[in-house]
Amino acid sequence: MTAVNDLDCINLTKRFDETLAVDDVSFSVPRGSFFSILGPSGCGKTTIMRMIAGFLDPTSGDIQIKGKSVLDTVPNKRPVNMVFQHLALFPMMNIADNIGYGLRRQGLDKKLIDAKVADALERVGLPGIGNRRVEQLSGGQKQRVAIARCMVLEPDVLLLDEPLGALDLKLREHMKVELKSLQAAFDTTFVYITHDQSEALVMSDQVAVMNAGRFEQLDTAANLYYAPQTPFVAGFVGDSNRWKGRVESVSGDQVKLVTETGVSIIGTARGTVQSGATVEAFVRPEAIRVAHSVNGIGEHANSFVGNVENVLFNGANSRVLLRVEGGGTIDVALPQSGEFNGLQRGDALAIGWGASQSLCFGAN
Amino acid sequence: MGAHGKLGFILLASPLVLWLSLLIIIPHIDLFILSLQEKIGVRQYQTSFANYMTFFSEPLYLRTFLRTAFMSIVATVLTLLIAFPISYYIAKIARGRLQSILFLMCLVPFWVSELVRTFGWMILLRETGIFSNFLQWSGIVSGPVEFLYNDAAMMVGLIYTSMLFMVVPLVTTLESLDDSMIEAGYDLGGNGYNVLREIIIPHAMPGIVSGSIVVFMLSLGNYLTPIMLGGKDSLWFTEMIYSQFIVRFNWELGAAFGFLLLGLSSLIVWGALKLSGQTLEKTMG
Ligand SMILES: Nc1ncnc2c1ncn2[C@@H]1O[C@H](COP(=O)(O)OP(=O)(O)O)[C@@H](O)[C@H]1O
Ligand SMILES: [Mg+2]
Repeated sequence: MTAVNDLDCINLTKRFDETLAVDDVSFSVPRGSFFSILGPSGCGKTTIMRMIAGFLDPTSGDIQIKGKSVLDTVPNKRPVNMVFQHLALFPMMNIADNIGYGLRRQGLDKKLIDAKVADALERVGLPGIGNRRVEQLSGGQKQRVAIARCMVLEPDVLLLDEPLGALDLKLREHMKVELKSLQAAFDTTFVYITHDQSEALVMSDQVAVMNAGRFEQLDTAANLYYAPQTPFVAGFVGDSNRWKGRVESVSGDQVKLVTETGVSIIGTARGTVQSGATVEAFVRPEAIRVAHSVNGIGEHANSFVGNVENVLFNGANSRVLLRVEGGGTIDVALPQSGEFNGLQRGDALAIGWGASQSLCFGAN
Repeated sequence: MGAHGKLGFILLASPLVLWLSLLIIIPHIDLFILSLQEKIGVRQYQTSFANYMTFFSEPLYLRTFLRTAFMSIVATVLTLLIAFPISYYIAKIARGRLQSILFLMCLVPFWVSELVRTFGWMILLRETGIFSNFLQWSGIVSGPVEFLYNDAAMMVGLIYTSMLFMVVPLVTTLESLDDSMIEAGYDLGGNGYNVLREIIIPHAMPGIVSGSIVVFMLSLGNYLTPIMLGGKDSLWFTEMIYSQFIVRFNWELGAAFGFLLLGLSSLIVWGALKLSGQTLEKTMG
């Protein structure tokens, strides 16, 4: 017998009049895992969520929870719960009543409800705030209450729709870690959607990168970063230098191409790439080795010397924009080991990277 | 705030102050003084509460007032029950053009005067009116039927006149309810009744309260509708005030009735607010 997944979406499609919001999407979420859907705003993430929660009917396809189709189950009977984009805590009730709302629907005994609510508040680290009003809580506390309100119902799947979107940066970083540990603590399957790649990469066991209604790639975070399958994923996950160019020659999966800006690059082909074809090449700024002189970087398939056009200082994520001989600029990450601290505009730098660091996708 | 700001404040506030003092406060003070005058002979008056005592000692007056208040409460409750689903539909279900058209339709009756509106109902409901004719034509009844001049006709008229004043505050508060709040209500296992009870109605409470106060006051102070649509024995309290002033020429008693109406209706509103656990401040936002 194969293990039953908590959630299976099979050829899920949703069409609104003109727009095809979700286009033939299939995925499975195993028990207890953290699954993310990552994509730009408007790509159809919320639409998938709302279909799983039951607020929208799919145009075609099937949704199964623990192996059973739930298409005919109304939202209030589905064993999934949702943390809404703006949380949707009920301002007309206090915190305890908010969390107890779902339990009251199950007709539980008042004592039991109180005990469960207190326990849930304890587990999200907010003991004893049951009597407060919603507007008295901070953003992060509301977040946790919204999760507790769902988790008391012990759903098979918890859906989270960009729940960190409204928080400020510091809190968001903190909640990322917290959400992951809450998921482990409750041992529940999370389906999390976001347009913020770092949220998806940090927390998830599996990430689906979505674009224009379709899944581009469904993989682990590391694979999305190191081995993107499509140009969209290469461009969307992490930062990249991105060039369009024409292939000069191909040997094995090694490709020699000349970019539109006139730079000659050796890269690795993804999929089939033919000589003379137009391709897109991606090189991550942090995959480029930097030195003050050519001797410092060693032997590389691609090596350039250039002058600093701009230093984009951003602490650990500092970059330098390098204008190379032959035209064009390359975005290079600056190692923070001290040797580049005094870098000025106009300084000369040598850079280099291996063929495996520049991925070439046939453009279509 | 310098002299400049002060002048601006005075200029801005003066219309309001003038309006309040000239049109509301001064006439009321005048009426109040009048209501305390007891006629003891030809053109001879003394200050006393006799006019007020008359109201409480004469069963007809008290009964009329209680009847008026009771009917107004019924009209308010019925208006609320009818207006709530309409408002919910306008605020939450209808979209775009349909939404504005529906809202406009609630407004249209107010483009004609109250008198014309009431005559409209009379044309529909009278013995030789459209309803009666239709029933005879379709063979349901054999002779003409009189729908006018009873409490039901009056109630219809009151509800019709009040509808807009209930729909507007309800639509406004319901529109401010985030759709995801309702969805969350279902998502967490609630059915339609639970969501209505625990989420929609508590959220709409300010609109319900302010709409109800306005409708109650309007019904209580209505004059035309009870006179024209109501029966001979269904005396409305405003009719009694009118008859004291105009028919009996007893301005002192009329003024006292006016103040009693103001006082007693405020008391009822206050009691209803207390009973429902609402406050005026919460309602006014
Ligand atoms: N109720 C709807 N009616 C029509 N189009 C919709 C509706 N909901 C979403 N869409 C469209 O579907 C697409 C995907 O929307 P959505 O799922 O909300 O995107 P995301 O959550 O990824 O930002 C968008 O183009 C949006 O305009
Ligand atoms: Mg969305």
